[in-house]
Amino acid sequence: MREVRLVYFAWVRERIGVGEEMVSLPDTVVTAGDLIAFLKTRGEDYEAALEHENVIRVAIDQEHVEHDEPLGSAREIALFPPMTGG
Amino acid sequence: MDSALITVRVQADDFDTAAEIEALSAGRTDIGAVVTFSGLCREEKGQLSALELEHYPGMAEAEIRRICEEAVARFELHGATAIHRYGRIDPGHRIVLVIAAATHRQAAFDGASFIMDYLKTAAPFWKKEHLKDGTARDWVSAKDADDTARARWT
Repeated sequence: MREVRLVYFAWVRERIGVGEEMVSLPDTVVTAGDLIAFLKTRGEDYEAALEHENVIRVAIDQEHVEHDEPLGSAREIALFPPMTGG
Repeated sequence: MDSALITVRVQADDFDTAAEIEALSAGRTDIGAVVTFSGLCREEKGQLSALELEHYPGMAEAEIRRICEEAVARFELHGATAIHRYGRIDPGHRIVLVIAAATHRQAAFDGASFIMDYLKTAAPFWKKEHLKDGTARDWVSAKDADDTARARWT
């Protein structure tokens, strides 16, 4: 088990119900995709937020990554919808 | 040769476009072209009362800086400025400013376009619409057209 800081934005944040939290990850969670699958087991709110896994974007320590990216020694992992700035 | 000046700010406050152009180009004799893009909040046919812009503090600045650095290298810009606001923005008000400065106009146009196309799809900002009827409040959906616009640079 290791503990990481998770941060959420926009409708991912609203559906999960918090903007950030510390979460202990089992050793079976290796990639960003594993993290999403793991979080979906944490309850209905997470399931609703992460229902469409393929649209969820992930950033590790404030850099964009693909879902197959290993989490490594990440300190902060962000999950959010496609961006709509500009 | 002077080095390229990159300015990136993410802020709640409005900005002064003319002052930012001056800050980028003042005292420079190598710049022959300055292109600016301003993004404004639309009223959406009278339905929208305001946009609320959420951002990822830290990453928003870092990502826009990465995009500007790439544009400077790719188009040989002499400078680039990108300012993006967050918080509540009313129709008619400024959201984003991009300025690209180069020796000639094509590089400046391309540089500004490139920065905007990447900023829209990779800078962590999200727009929520507040409607005048006060009931519907929805997150703006990402547009395929923005991904297409970005893809033309690859």
